[in-house]
Amino acid sequence: MSKVHVSTIINDDTVEFLCESEQTLLDVLRDDLRLTGSKEGCASGDCGACSVIMDGRLVCACLLLAAEAEGSTIETIEGMANGSDLHPLQQQFLDHAALQCGVCTPGFLIAAKALLDRNPDPTETEVRYWLAGNLCRCTGYDKIVRAVLDTAAETRN
Amino acid sequence: MAIVTKRVSDEREAEEQNFNWVGTRAVRPDGVDKVTGRAKFGADLHLPNMLVGKMLRSPHAHARILSIDISSAEKLPGVKAIVTREDFSDLASEFVPAGEMMVNYRDITRNVMAREKVLYEGHALAAVAAVNAIVAREALALIQVDYEVLPHVLDVVEAMKPEAVLIQEDLLTDGADPPADKPSNIAKRVEFGHGDIETGFAKADVIVEREFNTRPVHQGYIEPHACVASVSEDGQAELWCSTQGHYVVRGHCARILGMDVAKLRVTASEIGGGFGGKTVVYLEPVALALSRKACQPVKMVMTREEVFKASGPASGANMRVKIGATRDGRITAGEAILHYQAGAFQGSPVPPGAQCAFAPYDLEHVRAVGFDVLVNRPKVAAYRAPGAPISEYAVESVVDEVAKKLNIDPIEFRLKNASREGTKASHGPKFGPIGLVETLEAAQAHDHYQSPLQPGQGRGVASGYWFNIGGQSSVTLNTSEDGTVALVVGTPDIGGSRASLGMMVAEELGVELDKVRPMIGDTSSLGYNFLTGGSRTTFATGKVAVDAARDLVSQLRERAAKIWDVPVGDILWHNGEALQKNGRGGPTETLSFRDLAESMGKTGGPLVGQASENVQGAAPSFGTHVVDVDVDRETGRVEILRYTVVQDAGKAIHPSYVEGQYQGGAVQGIGWALNEEYIYDSEGRLENAGFLDYRMPVCSDVPMIDTVIVEVPNPAHPYGVKGVGETPIVPPLAAISNAVANALGIRFSELPMSPPRVLAAIAAASSSK
Ligand code: FES
Ligand code: FES
Repeated sequence: MSKVHVSTIINDDTVEFLCESEQTLLDVLRDDLRLTGSKEGCASGDCGACSVIMDGRLVCACLLLAAEAEGSTIETIEGMANGSDLHPLQQQFLDHAALQCGVCTPGFLIAAKALLDRNPDPTETEVRYWLAGNLCRCTGYDKIVRAVLDTAAETRN
Repeated sequence: MAIVTKRVSDEREAEEQNFNWVGTRAVRPDGVDKVTGRAKFGADLHLPNMLVGKMLRSPHAHARILSIDISSAEKLPGVKAIVTREDFSDLASEFVPAGEMMVNYRDITRNVMAREKVLYEGHALAAVAAVNAIVAREALALIQVDYEVLPHVLDVVEAMKPEAVLIQEDLLTDGADPPADKPSNIAKRVEFGHGDIETGFAKADVIVEREFNTRPVHQGYIEPHACVASVSEDGQAELWCSTQGHYVVRGHCARILGMDVAKLRVTASEIGGGFGGKTVVYLEPVALALSRKACQPVKMVMTREEVFKASGPASGANMRVKIGATRDGRITAGEAILHYQAGAFQGSPVPPGAQCAFAPYDLEHVRAVGFDVLVNRPKVAAYRAPGAPISEYAVESVVDEVAKKLNIDPIEFRLKNASREGTKASHGPKFGPIGLVETLEAAQAHDHYQSPLQPGQGRGVASGYWFNIGGQSSVTLNTSEDGTVALVVGTPDIGGSRASLGMMVAEELGVELDKVRPMIGDTSSLGYNFLTGGSRTTFATGKVAVDAARDLVSQLRERAAKIWDVPVGDILWHNGEALQKNGRGGPTETLSFRDLAESMGKTGGPLVGQASENVQGAAPSFGTHVVDVDVDRETGRVEILRYTVVQDAGKAIHPSYVEGQYQGGAVQGIGWALNEEYIYDSEGRLENAGFLDYRMPVCSDVPMIDTVIVEVPNPAHPYGVKGVGETPIVPPLAAISNAVANALGIRFSELPMSPPRVLAAIAAASSSK
């Protein structure tokens, strides 16, 4: 079977790739484009480690076929910092020690960014429910939630 | 002296103790890589010419392998190598340590690749390396296996019955009294304790005896097992993998594959969680065998389903616990009989389970007996304080019930019976400076414990214990010519240890933290290092890192003495500078670390600080947890309203990461108590091998987790460190069960207290009224 040609914008760069029709967006990001910052924890949409923002929406890259990305704009963890300036969420995660092993961190950062992009003033409960699609086995979530709430407060000021 | 510190201002405290770094909340050195996606985990390495390896796994819980035919799979274009049992030689029975558990090479090689039989659903029995994943999966489907399906047994009590199907036909119970003469599924019997429990029970005014059942739970690390192996034509090999101990992996793989250990260089990737589950090998020897055959690099990554079905869960168990006490609240005797599932091969953590069961109590008469029992489930692996959460759940539940019967506050009751410095532990040793009483007192004084509850809510308390270990570590400090330092350690960093190790070294050298760059060396770059496990890294590798720094400082003083031509005894090292004692030489005469590093070529050559030790003196950590719950009587859902962890850290080098261990362990315990379990069908197949149906706590399931760090220093560590990583998962199971009992008036003796079980219990209680 012939491969599918896909044109996208990933982290502000025009990216074209060829993929098998059965490849997921996560497979292509990780294995072909070598953007390994997005992680595969389950491949079934249950852990959020593969979270990316596609056309402004938070999605699990493991649940999308790569071919579905045609014409879309994608943000991954690799595009979150602005040059040498970390995104405020990235800095707050560091300051709060909101990561232990760090494998869930890219997914949490992307998901938290999607939240703050649409709701700059979330309550703790809103943060907890929004992030309920991201699993972290190390931290117990406490410091992650605090990092997100503090980022929101800092950005509002 | 015991210091009970509630962390308010670390900066102030650090100042009081004159530490620049120890006790502060510095940003971890590997942090930026991890928030930018740059950090490379097990599955993130790509090598040129790399193949993809996939495993064929048993669909049966128990079956004899009659034949494996790989001929059509081999012919599929793009398939480069296939391995089966034929490619692995058999190994004799020999036990070696893996973290706090023991493993047997005869069993490891059979677990990695089935030989005579498959012993659980998911047991590996062939592997393919192919040009891509699609071809590899096609090839797996072409492998023909003939099985003779055998009856299976999953339940620990069933497996112990004389008529049970034998999982290993020649297994005689070790430690049986009288000695076993017939094979059974009971691999081992252990017993710990002292005194005479009958005498003790005779003195009791109340006795409570209960039976408990718990289910296997998985460590649940978010990163699946992953590795890349590359073996060259001359037999030299490289392995990249996600592991808690790359030296241990190296030893296991070399043994399984018959290689010289030094020919195999193992590099530990960043590790996406382990919790004990990444102390053993699964994919690594297979990927090496495939690469050896194909002469190309091979990458293998488990799917989440494979992680659940084929990597180690923690034991499920059946237990009986009996405790007697006098009217005034003194425990007179305690007894625990523990039956732990080992999975398909022996080696459940029932010995540590039995040793820890009564550790928080100072008892005259105590006995804990454990049985290690084979069942047709994946071989268990260590999971954070392996064995202890299970046995201490049972004991702490009964302790709570006894306290209630005696109408004594549960913390007060524990204080009356608590182990202290000098107590002879039920498993033998005399405790040194332990902090159990301090955690109980801090929990009692905590605002949480004093706060009122609403009607229908319940509060629970439990304490927990874990030994902690020391062991072998080797550390090197390589000085650069500008006075900056590479700190190379051989224990993978699973939760911030590069930060704590770097802080201790910067403290010793008297330099800025960012002048020390901590990194994890591969197995060829340092002497032997035991794995990251047993809460040993900040303690043991930390002590060795401090000793390496002191070694470097003594060399720096020697160089300064040489330059100034004075005896080395006249040189002090202070704040990163050499100076002369007694004011000789005047204030301008200091030599900075940078000065000495720049001139090292002229004063004796490279400056390398080194230390390699088998560190002794690990001190146990005790903790006490307080939890409030509410139970939804309609749905059976238990809601955690408030949670507080109080635990002794000895000394918190980096308080944020200590708190993180407390919080993460507590939430894993919440999952164990309330939702997590392996569910099998009647054929012995796992029904919930995914995160949707194996329900780990998510962000919206839990509240903030309060922490109190108690510091009762460990005299065997230069800064007083005790391991902290494992104890936090011990108390939650009982604390939550005790809270549910107080909320509902129903005491559960089975985990998890999932909504269906809670609803059934509520229905049963109301119908019996
Ligand atoms: S890998 Fe996509 S949700 Fe888990
Ligand atoms: S930090 Fe390890 S899974 Fe979140």
